[in-house]
Formats: sequence, structure tokens, C-alpha cells
Amino acid sequence: MSELAELPKNSTATAASTPAPRPGRPRGDGPALWQGLLPVITGVAGFVLAILLLRGTGWAQAGAVLAAFVLVYIGLANLGRHRFGPSFDLTMWLCLIWVVVLVGAAILAPLLPLGEHEDIAATIGNPVMARPDPLSVYPLGTNNLGLDLLARLIYGARASLVVSVGAVLIGMVIGGAIGIAAGYFRKATDTVAGILSNSLLAVPPLILLIALATVLEPSLRNIAFALSLLALPSMIRMARASTLSFSQREFVTAGRAMGASNLRLMARELLPNVLLPLASYAMVIVSVLIVAEASLSFLGLGIQAPDPSWGNMIAEGEGGAFEQHPHIVLVPGIVLFLTVYSFNVLGEKARKRFDSRQAKL
Amino acid sequence: MPPSPATHAEHADPATGSALLVVDGLRTRISTTGGVVTAVDGVSLTVGRGETLGIVGESGSGKSVLGRTIMGLYTTQGPVTVDGEVLFAGKDIHAMDQRERRALWGAEIGMVFQDPMTALNPVKKVGAHLTETLRRHQKLGRTAAVDRAAELLDLVGIPDPRRRLAQYPHELSGGMRQRVVIAMALANEPALLIADEPTTALDVTVQRQILDLLDTLQSELGMAIILISHNLGVVAGRADRVAVMYAGRLAETAPTDAVFDDPWHPYTHALLGAIPRLEQDPHLRLAAIGGAPPDMVSAPPGCRFAPRCQYAKDDCTTVLPELEPVPDSAGHEFACHHPVGQGGN
Repeated sequence: MSELAELPKNSTATAASTPAPRPGRPRGDGPALWQGLLPVITGVAGFVLAILLLRGTGWAQAGAVLAAFVLVYIGLANLGRHRFGPSFDLTMWLCLIWVVVLVGAAILAPLLPLGEHEDIAATIGNPVMARPDPLSVYPLGTNNLGLDLLARLIYGARASLVVSVGAVLIGMVIGGAIGIAAGYFRKATDTVAGILSNSLLAVPPLILLIALATVLEPSLRNIAFALSLLALPSMIRMARASTLSFSQREFVTAGRAMGASNLRLMARELLPNVLLPLASYAMVIVSVLIVAEASLSFLGLGIQAPDPSWGNMIAEGEGGAFEQHPHIVLVPGIVLFLTVYSFNVLGEKARKRFDSRQAKL
Repeated sequence: MPPSPATHAEHADPATGSALLVVDGLRTRISTTGGVVTAVDGVSLTVGRGETLGIVGESGSGKSVLGRTIMGLYTTQGPVTVDGEVLFAGKDIHAMDQRERRALWGAEIGMVFQDPMTALNPVKKVGAHLTETLRRHQKLGRTAAVDRAAELLDLVGIPDPRRRLAQYPHELSGGMRQRVVIAMALANEPALLIADEPTTALDVTVQRQILDLLDTLQSELGMAIILISHNLGVVAGRADRVAVMYAGRLAETAPTDAVFDDPWHPYTHALLGAIPRLEQDPHLRLAAIGGAPPDMVSAPPGCRFAPRCQYAKDDCTTVLPELEPVPDSAGHEFACHHPVGQGGN
């Protein structure tokens, strides 16, 4: 770098007379420190003020909190660019934090100091349809039976995440195996796998789920299996396409020339290569399945009340409740939106990084 | 048994029965959408223990398919039909079932591939590439396999082998990777190593190192090598005998010296003429062989080289020449009606 800096530069480049930016500590072109700190401080102040002063105003408080969030976001994005350079992607980090917090809360739910989430008998004395108020004991409000929405959200996240992640894992294992076999053996295996995935794709997903739900008992396990049918065809295709591209590489022939069996070639040479694109695609599929699970529960075919799930929480807004108490639908709806959005952003990011079409080696 | 050039000639003689590999009338046909390609068309050759046979030919002459058919990677299955026999240590590779062949691969016959960039699995560590075959064929334990793998890397001249074992292929340079590929092929000390263009993807200085390495390893381990290359220069100093291949058939086989000093087949002659030489005048137009190799879907009835041959006569386009021995020259055979050099013309 130092030799480069001493080289004579042409006149248009003299603006960059400062030392070349070192990785990790860029200077000069990024936003200044105050451009980050100022919005963050005003945003946090606005957030505190909105909570304290606008208590009980409903929409006004919600609007003020939203505006404060936007300010904080802008500030943090500038701070990140100031510190880590222009490629800093705040959205991705926020999505990652959201997913980590959500998964953590879902796992630790029984240990957290939460309100009652399903036992109606315990909530007879509680306020009904309380509005969200971070300063009260019901930070996100209560539903028509006085159950705490925050507690229901977190327990609902357990159901949603277990079902959708479980379904994706089932789809990944089965679909991955079928896809690798199809891409490796080609011929009849490939044809059969193609017919299987095409016929699964040909059935409208929601109809398929409803049909399955009428037959199967709505338990977490059965819903996961039903949803895995949605993940299966794309997993088969993804695994098959990756296998096709990797089995052209000479290391597969080399492995065979070393005396490896077909099974060994698939498990040891192809699987590790196929797994990476498959796993990043699974992140995207998780978000699709979260929505699918919510739709099932919304229709009353998935998780059954009083067990909470985001879908049946949204369904509680039916029959006029939404008009008078919008938070009943908005709270689970926003959480669902943020979760799906986060999984999509993270999945896309991972896919871009690990896609086989861009793999260099 | 340490190989020496003197012993090669006797091993090369199929009549003695001591040859390691005998290929007889090998024909590999591959069905494609464009028709049936006869990639290897009646090739017979022998390789003695510890001998190096160079197979030379231009792109598409079928030399790689020949190498893979000899190994049994191409066998009668799906679109591929193989006729003739490949006797390795007396057993026909193409008559074996898949399980027997797999026991042979990696253990008795090793293969070095052309492109070290793709011959290694990018998500497997160097160590895993080596230990897997050791554990499979030699039934070594985990630690013993790692020790042996480190020895192998040392053998192929990779410094600090323990550290390299824990690295991924992308952390190694092209030459280093080709050394790893060679170490893989040598792991079980095979009797025969098929090196399919082992240096084509490497730059010239590394090419030399790799070829020297193969030479040293051969004299240490006493294995036979089939060195496949499109480059006569690569084969010149390394092979005991050279087989020149054209359009799926052998044009000429001879001891290396004889190929360079006294070629009988016009194709060999033309190939040698196409090598640029330092003593030539500068800016001289390079000699080239006019035309292109024949379409292997519908090969001409006579000599495959006839359309490009400056010595071709009428019978060349009608009668397919068979390999015949050069008089008074052991192990020198050619397939031509009107040979050049001391043979006529």
C-alpha cells in the first residue's frame, strides 16, 4: 500500500491525497460521526417521550414510536457506515437480531416473566382488550379473554418456528436425498423425481394443506409433515440442479477412480457441496412456511385455540373486534411480517453468498 | 524391482507374458445425439511393469477416452459400448463386476487428472482426500492414515505436510494441488498410474517439476506409467515408449528415441515437423498439418490420416492400414501403406 501511495497520481485523483483507506477503518467518504449520533439520540429521546407522555393516546403514540424508530434506524445506519464502511448493511443485522431474539425468547419462554398465555381461568380478573402500553404489565395488551398478547406471541412463536423449521428440515433431508439421487443417477431416477416434484407443484398449496388438515389430526407433528410437502419440490429441484453442476466436476470422477462407491460419492463428495446452497435456500423457505402455517391456523385448521399461534391470534380479530381493537390483529400481524421479512433478507443474503452458480472452485 | 531402461524392452514384449497391462483390440463407442462416436477404434498395446508409455495425439484423438477405458471408468454401460479386452495383471477389467473394479481402482491402478482445480473437492480438506482412500484400501486406522497421508505429501514434495493436511484445496497453488492429486493416486502404491494430461493446466516451470516428480516416484515405487499428453515435448524425456494416436487408432508405436529419430508414419513425421525449433530463422511461419481430424461418427474407410497426408496414394483411401513391425527394429510398429523416413518415400 505504501508504495502505491507514493506513486505520482494524475490531477483528478489528487482529491484522494489522504492515505488509502484501510479495510475496516475507512475514513473520509463515510458519514460523519454526528450524522449518526444525532438521529440516534433524538430517536431514543422521542421514543422515551412517546412512551411516557403520549400514554393512552393510541394511534398518536404508535405514530410517534414509529417515527422514533425511523430516526434511530437512519442514525444507526450512518453510524455503521462511519465505523465499518459503505458496505455496512444495517437491515441484515437488524433482521439477524430479530431472528435471534425471537428464537431465544421462544426457547426460553417458560423461564421468562410473562403473563398468562392460555389458561382463561387464571385471567378472569384481568382487563379485556387492553391496549398496548409498554409501561403496564401487559406491554402489548390483552385479548378478549384477558390473555397477555406478549406471552401469546412468544408461545405462538414456538409453534410457528417448530412447525416451519421442522417442515423445512424434513423437506431438506427427503428432498435433498431425492434431488441428489436424481442428479447423480439421471435416467429413470431423474424422471421419477421430476414427476414427483412436478405433481406436488401442480396441486395448489393451500388446497393441499386444507385437504391434509381435514384428514390429519392438527398436532404440531402432523402440521410439520403437511407443510414439508410444500418445501419438498423446490428442495428436490435445488438439490438436483446443484448435483448436476457438481457431478460434472472432475473430483467426482477422481473419487470414483479412487474406488469410491456410488453411495460414498453422493454422501462424501456431492452432499457437502450441495448442502450449502440448499441450507441457504431453506432460510427463504422457512418464511414461506411460517406464512403457510399462519394461514392454516387462521382458518382454524392448524394450531387450535386456546394454544396460541400467530395465525389463530390474527383470527381473533374476526367479528368486528379488529375495527374497535386494531391491536388484536396488528400486534401478531406486525410480528409475522417482521419475522417473514427477516428470514427472507437473511436467506437471500446467504443464497447470494453460497449459490452454486457463483461458486468459483 | 528397480526399473531400468534395459529391462523395459523385454517387459514390453507381450510374448513373454510378463506384461502388466495388455490391451487387445480395444474399441470404445459412445452414443450421442449426433450419432455413434467411435472414440477408440481397435487399439492394442502393452505396458510392462515399471515402464512408461507415452500416448500422444491431438485434441479429440481419443487418448483420454483410451485412458479411461483402460482403467474401466468407461465400460459397456448406458451410451458406451466397449469391445476388446484390457488385461491388467492377467485379469480382464471389462469382464469384472463393479465391486471388483472398485477394489482395483485406487489400489492397483491410480489416475492423475488433467485439471487440479476441479479434481479436488472444494469443501473437503486435503487430509480427507488422502485418508479416505487409505482407510478404504489399506484398512488403516484414523491416526495411522493421517500419518501416512503426511508421509505421502512429503513424498510428493509438499513442505510442512501436517499443516497442509488441515487446509482446503483453494488454499493451495495449482502446482501444489496437482501434487496432492498425484499423492492421492499414489496413496496405495499402485502398479499402474494413468496420468491424463497431468501438466496441461500448469505453467511451464511447474510442468517440469511435476514431470520430474513423476519420474522420481516411478523409480522409487517401481510402477508403470501411462503418460497421456498432446505435447510431444512432455513425453520426449519421460517415456520409454511412445504410442502416437490419430482418430482413435494407433498410428505408430516405438521406443521414444525411434519416434524422434526415425518416424515411419507420415503423421508422426508431420507432428515432429510442427515443433518450432530454436535454430529456425525468426518470423518463420510455423509448420502446421493442414485440415482437421476426421469426424469420428462416420470415419473414412481407408487410412484416417489420408485426407491430410501429403504422401497419400489411392489405396490409402480404401484400405485401412494395420500396425506392422518395422524390419530390424524391436518394438517399432507403424500403420501406413507408404511410410516415410527409412521406410520409403
